[in-house]
Amino acid sequence: MPITLASFLQIDLPAMLAALLATVSCGLLGNFLVLRRQSLMGDAISHAVLPGIVLAFLFWGSRATWPMFFGAACAGVLAAVIIELVRRLGRLDSGTAMGVVFSVFFAGGVVLMEQAAAHAVDLDADCVLYGQLEDILWLAPTDLASLLEPAVWADMPREVTTLALTLAVVSAVVLLFYKELKLTSFDPELATTLGFPAGLFNVLLMVLVAAVAVAAFEAVGSILVIAMFICPAAAARLFTDRLGRQIWLSLGFAVVAALGGYLLAASAPLWAGVPSALAASGMIAVVAGALLGVAVLFAPRYGALARAMRPSELAEARERAAAEPLATNLSNR
Amino acid sequence: MSIGHETTVWPSLDETLRVLTFQGGFNTSVVLVGVTLLGVAAGLVGTFAVLRRRALMSDTLSHATLPGITLAFIAAVMLGASGRSLPVLLAGAALSGILGVLTVQFISRHTRLPEDAAMGAVLSVFFGLGFVLLSYIQTMATGEQGGIGKFIYGQTATMGVTDATVIGIVALGTTLASLLLFKEFRLVCFDPDYATVLGWRISLIDLAMMALVVAVTVVGLRAVGLILVIALVVIPPAAARFWTERLWVMAVVAAFLGGLSGYLGAAASALFPRFPAGGIIVLVAGFFFLLSLLFAPARGVLAAGFRQLRLRRDIASQHLLRGLFEAGEAGGGEAVPAAALRSRVHGPAARLALTRLTWQGLIARRPDGLRLTPKGREEALRITRNHRLWEQFLMAYADLAPSHVDHSADLVEHVLSSDMVQELERQLRARGRLPRHAGPPPSPHPLASGA
Amino acid sequence: MSFLAGHSAESSSPLSSRPEHRPGSPLAVHGVTVAYNKKPVLWDVEWDAPEGRLIAIVGPNGAGKSTLVKACLGLVPVVSGQVAFFGSSLRRSRRLVGYVPQRGSVDWDFPVSALEVVTMGRYGMLGWCRPVTRRHREAALACLDQVGMADYAGRQISQLSGGQQQRVFLARALAQEAQLYFMDEPFAGVDAATERAIVDVLKRLKENGRTVIVVHHDLQTVRDYFDEVLLLNMRVVAAGPVDKVFTVENLRKTYGARLALLEQASSALADLARVS
Repeated sequence: MPITLASFLQIDLPAMLAALLATVSCGLLGNFLVLRRQSLMGDAISHAVLPGIVLAFLFWGSRATWPMFFGAACAGVLAAVIIELVRRLGRLDSGTAMGVVFSVFFAGGVVLMEQAAAHAVDLDADCVLYGQLEDILWLAPTDLASLLEPAVWADMPREVTTLALTLAVVSAVVLLFYKELKLTSFDPELATTLGFPAGLFNVLLMVLVAAVAVAAFEAVGSILVIAMFICPAAAARLFTDRLGRQIWLSLGFAVVAALGGYLLAASAPLWAGVPSALAASGMIAVVAGALLGVAVLFAPRYGALARAMRPSELAEARERAAAEPLATNLSNR
Repeated sequence: MSIGHETTVWPSLDETLRVLTFQGGFNTSVVLVGVTLLGVAAGLVGTFAVLRRRALMSDTLSHATLPGITLAFIAAVMLGASGRSLPVLLAGAALSGILGVLTVQFISRHTRLPEDAAMGAVLSVFFGLGFVLLSYIQTMATGEQGGIGKFIYGQTATMGVTDATVIGIVALGTTLASLLLFKEFRLVCFDPDYATVLGWRISLIDLAMMALVVAVTVVGLRAVGLILVIALVVIPPAAARFWTERLWVMAVVAAFLGGLSGYLGAAASALFPRFPAGGIIVLVAGFFFLLSLLFAPARGVLAAGFRQLRLRRDIASQHLLRGLFEAGEAGGGEAVPAAALRSRVHGPAARLALTRLTWQGLIARRPDGLRLTPKGREEALRITRNHRLWEQFLMAYADLAPSHVDHSADLVEHVLSSDMVQELERQLRARGRLPRHAGPPPSPHPLASGA
Repeated sequence: MSFLAGHSAESSSPLSSRPEHRPGSPLAVHGVTVAYNKKPVLWDVEWDAPEGRLIAIVGPNGAGKSTLVKACLGLVPVVSGQVAFFGSSLRRSRRLVGYVPQRGSVDWDFPVSALEVVTMGRYGMLGWCRPVTRRHREAALACLDQVGMADYAGRQISQLSGGQQQRVFLARALAQEAQLYFMDEPFAGVDAATERAIVDVLKRLKENGRTVIVVHHDLQTVRDYFDEVLLLNMRVVAAGPVDKVFTVENLRKTYGARLALLEQASSALADLARVS
């Protein structure tokens, strides 16, 4: 398919916008998940929203945004609560509790989906797993001039507006509660004694994660959304020790992953010799993973290579020991 | 609305029985046997994986098989072979699953990232790569790509005798390996540092454990799909943990529950149209987990709650008896109005205790209040004696202020064994602190409940 | 499976359960430096443990006492330096070295019984895939009996008190039948009965010529329980017989300006004054 301006505006632009908004929202929240060692909670919740989505879909009989959003958020938060309950009541470690709960939720979703398919409605399993970035179309704009017309913008695809709204809400919450999120991530007990209920912020974070997972799942699917949550934040974590800087870096990585991944997938006919584009959502995850891989290997201070190449831990230890005020012990030797 | 009411036809009892007794047709029986064996193997292997806290590592592993499957398919087709060759696809799956696990270990060992972030990243990125390759396969004109999708959600219906045989061999192999390495697995799950000191290479033991998980995951892919195969590894062992405090019992129960889930799930899937086997099997396993969580006698929630209630009832009984006894000491054997005891004993546990004590004939209800029966007086004497002995013991040994003794004495009294009480008496007698008469020593603090 | 053969060679003679005695100091630490996240915890530790003595490692919190033990046992990586056991490497001396880790290092909710935990002490004598035999279980039971826990053999370990759990760990180390024992804070938070049991075991080990190295936090009991002491604060402050080394001056050097611990130290010093 030859790339024309119109096809770019109608097919590629909305998809890129959706991918961008999704990865940036995920990347923003991912920082807190990685810091709190709750990365896999993102995983668990994004699997667990499936039955909520299917139930809402069956109940309302359409792919309207809000019911599905509502159903998914309910399922996500319910799963988070049940995981905590199972962990405490069953005295199991959190990994096992997560594994049990999210796989049961996901299995419920799979079974429900088969039932839904019996009603001959178009909700197929694949779009839930992988999203359907390629199906997001914006038919209104035909050339650059048309982008100036408000009517064209009003015709923005539903997925994109939902994602934009989600990003706005997530950014607002993070900006508003930045101090609290930082504190509760670092030291939940201290935060609670200072009057910031850590549990409440935990729930808030889980609700946001569920909301983002739902909003993003249409674009990138429920498994790939995990890559967006973790990879940019984890990569940024290897480059800096400052939370503020880490967040900005992770947002940058998210943008690179979204645009780079989409362009790589869309331009596959040029470089891979295949007749049509490859899966964009998968490619975004791959690019995000590649960014993390680069960070893991080559990050200046905390990368694996930097650690291995470091002059000598002994020399550094010697320096520090010399600086340590232990004169009494030294004099004894 | 009712889901699927127009498509779900309830199977007859006869048909159900036929399927469950392996008489529902050759193919159905093969599936049933295969999935049951898969459940047994997964439950057994999962026992160790769960206790080693590798539940989510197994999840990562199973997601990470996708790029291997797709690459194996592409390689096979490019070399002119059939992309449906099961050994080729499974070998690819195993290789990329192991590569995923190694990547997680590399990241968590050589960077500051926690293991959970590494697992999430590997899981999703490998899966993403698999999906990209899947979309590449879609563009290949082979007409065989349909088979690949089965690995993601699983499809038991296509399971043939070969698949079932492979599963059977793997089940047998993992069972044997688990038996042979039982001691090693137990050691490394419980105390890996100690294992190192004893000279065991824990990386080798871990490798063996992970290899078993890989084997089960890979052969389970086609049956239940790569997203849900983790459930068979995690859920039955987690459920089995509620039934026992013994590792080998847990392994047997997990294997049993896994096999039963597979058997019932596959049967349900054969009987009902539109019941995907993978999902149903996991839901059945989840149901067993819920039952175990709630009702298992060893560690279940209800059993724990019941034990808690019984403990509180026993404590309340002792308080009640002691309260009546002390009231008698102060007032001379009169009946005590229930209201006078309220500061000491109240709430449902106390009501339960009162009913039980009355029923046992230790307390008599009179119109003017409660009264100890002769039998009750004996019991109350014993309890009060223990209590006061303990009070004095604490005062003698722990320098506790007498006003604080009452509370802590109540707490510890209920965990003292009768041997301990005798030891206490002996020690106090040696110090001349035990009164010579048979009754309890006098209370060291003013009695609060004198009626 | 080549690794099977490799290990069983080392453990081929379960019948000669008492390992042969080897010449040389049971433990020689030479220039050991350990760093966590680039911050040094142990600095150039030089120490020869004398044979057949009960040795306390004493020092303030964060002095690297446990780290020294773990470094010797190869549980934490050493930045530089060597450790020799009986004049040989750790790998060759595994069967001569017993270990009692800190109680908090494992999950006590794990589904095993007390006897099963003690039996783990015999695993070093067994090769890969060799089952635990009746003889090993009986030996383990005898070790449980030595610490006064034979009645609790079948109990699940979470149903034991803290002191009883500590005694199970002690019995597990005894089951190893080693020549040299490391014990990491065995007296921490235990009841009087357990403390007595541990002291009895220490005495018995000494009578049988074993060397025991104990990370110890209670200055008051050092003189009563031990023959030798290693005063450690990131580096060796002093080491030697208790009478010579456990002095006011050395303790002051070890604990330095750590005010919170001075009080504890000073009461121990008062005890010292009383004794001498």
